[in-house]
Amino acid sequence: MYRYDNYDKQLVNERVAQFRDQTRRYLAGELNGDEFRALRLRNGLYVQRFAPMLRISIPYGLLNSKQVRMLAHIARTYDKGYGHFTTRQNIQFNWPKLETVPDILADLASVEMHAIQTSGNCVRNITTDHLAGVAKDELVDPRPYCEITRQWSSFHPEFNFLPRKFKIAFSATQHERAALLTHDIGVRIVKNPAGELGYTMYVGGGLGRTPIIGQKIRDFLPELDLLSYLEAILRVYNRLGRRDNIHKARIKILVKDQGVPKFTELIEAEWAQIKNDPNLKLRREDLAHFQKFFRPHTYDKAAGAEIHAQNPSANPAFATWVQRNTWEHRVPGYRAAFVSLKPRSGVPGDCTAEQMDALAGLADRYSFGEIRTTHDQNLLLGDVKQADLHALWQALKPLGLATPNIGMLTDLICCPGLDFCSLANAGSIGIAQELSERYDNLDYLYDLGEIKIKMSGCMNGCGHHSVGHIGVLGVDKEGEEWYQLTLGGSAANDARLGDRIGPSLSRAKVVDAIAALIETYVEQRQEDERFIDTYRRVGIEPYKARVYAEELESA
Amino acid sequence: MKLIRNQQVADDDYIKLDDAAPLPASGIIIVSLARWRAEKDALKKRGQVGVQIPPALEVGELKDDLPFLACIELTFVFIKPKPEGGLSFDGRAYTQARLLRDRYAYKGELRAVGDIFRDTIFAMHRCGINVIEPKAGLDPQDALNAFKDFSLAYQTAADRQPSIFRRRIA
Repeated sequence: MYRYDNYDKQLVNERVAQFRDQTRRYLAGELNGDEFRALRLRNGLYVQRFAPMLRISIPYGLLNSKQVRMLAHIARTYDKGYGHFTTRQNIQFNWPKLETVPDILADLASVEMHAIQTSGNCVRNITTDHLAGVAKDELVDPRPYCEITRQWSSFHPEFNFLPRKFKIAFSATQHERAALLTHDIGVRIVKNPAGELGYTMYVGGGLGRTPIIGQKIRDFLPELDLLSYLEAILRVYNRLGRRDNIHKARIKILVKDQGVPKFTELIEAEWAQIKNDPNLKLRREDLAHFQKFFRPHTYDKAAGAEIHAQNPSANPAFATWVQRNTWEHRVPGYRAAFVSLKPRSGVPGDCTAEQMDALAGLADRYSFGEIRTTHDQNLLLGDVKQADLHALWQALKPLGLATPNIGMLTDLICCPGLDFCSLANAGSIGIAQELSERYDNLDYLYDLGEIKIKMSGCMNGCGHHSVGHIGVLGVDKEGEEWYQLTLGGSAANDARLGDRIGPSLSRAKVVDAIAALIETYVEQRQEDERFIDTYRRVGIEPYKARVYAEELESA
Repeated sequence: MKLIRNQQVADDDYIKLDDAAPLPASGIIIVSLARWRAEKDALKKRGQVGVQIPPALEVGELKDDLPFLACIELTFVFIKPKPEGGLSFDGRAYTQARLLRDRYAYKGELRAVGDIFRDTIFAMHRCGINVIEPKAGLDPQDALNAFKDFSLAYQTAADRQPSIFRRRIA
């Protein structure tokens, strides 16, 4: 993985000192509330319902065991003993004290971590496929490009105060796992017919109040031109993005207002002016410098032959876990093993300090000391020898981290909702817990197959409800928590927004309504058809009829 | 009034002129964009003139005027976007500054005015702004500390310091 050199270290240390001084000046009354707000946000510090919330950056979701131990230390020392992994591969702490945040940032800097630009109107954490570097269907490892982009976007002097937040994701696979089309910029690494590497560029995707799927603005951008093209997009956005209304300030609205052809023209015209700037052009040696941090691990060549050391079928629970929670790896004899953060009755994405410490040990023992975060709010040990899977499973089980539900209905994602967030209209954690209790029969869960439920407590859409197979959106109805359901969304290659099924539902009815959607699927499906495919075939009517049956009867 | 010019505290010796006020015989004046457009010939002839521009201006419009302008005043303010919530700092003038310096090779003074607090200054400096008018209540001497915020940068900007990419591999 990428390791800081003295330049990176110096910058991050200077940032810690800067924020320490900003906090001091704010507490001394030298910075006013609006000024400090603009500054603390770009260090990931929100003011929430009960306490500040600190969001820590996990660049493209990659952590080493030392960093995980530090997160455990922070959870224990400054918080209530746990952290919350987010849909953007970051981690949040919900209970730190404002005065201690500079110390937390200093602790993070000691393990090459930071909270820079995890919030505020600036370029946020760069994300990618959680299987980067081990995926079989990958063209190249996207992480060197992510790291280059992370550095270019860190403290960029021109783009510190954009109209709104800005999210960039990379993907280098055919089967897309980074939700590119829901990002402000989605970069797909591709090869052109001449066999040269480059990028297909998508702009203007985003969830929130006006969910929009990203639009392709360029088929092929040469590999060395990445930063000049990103700079052109950001510059046009900084100049022309709307600032008068926060709900219309994302780049997706600019793309929509201009229309894709005109918007593309603006970008290309700006890019033409800077594409030959030697300071923006990447050099082969730059790429080589970053690529060397992501060389394949020293895999055991004999691992492929050891696979049958234990017979998985001898233990059905283990076999189930292997089937559900591990994924193919490009090296024979290895698997990528998911760590489910979706136990029965749990809060999706939550992880305790004890679990983090234990996971750090397991990563050291079984996965080259690395842990990844996924945008479905789980963790992943990317490089586990198949022969070690049984031991790993046995270690994960008592930690409550081996629930074999990856990709299933109960592997749902949700935002912190009204329980923590000052923006939320409604709770989402309670519904997640209720669903995980209702659907705890594994055989039934596997029979239902892949169903992606995504829940947000408000329009801002942190839980990505618009692209859930089933989306749940919390709305406020005269001070009560109500929920709007959508069907048929997807963040994968076939990205599209879900359709509203009808009027919103009360808290008392929403879980039954979701169950009604599931029952309708079971009745309508053909053979092994997935939930999403059945919906696409039969349309919304049967689902609608079932969910609103009661209302229709009484009407 | 005191301001910061080229990283030092200095006296503000420029005259900000109302649109209706007569042109003084001497001294550097700063006029509105409207007045500049309306009286361009006379102002060019007089010389020693600067113009104040709004953040929405596409600075390429000034391209031919640049040789005649001693100073361009850029505006940074907190704005209150609808529908509710906190103020948002308008960063458009950072782009204006970079374009003026890097694309149009403007050599005169770039002056930042508005809601300028200490922590916005370092990026202004990097974007090529060399005169800073601190907001009321901000001690210019104290604001000089902003230039020490960071000693390195990942990007090359108008300040032309070599980026970390170049420092690593020349």
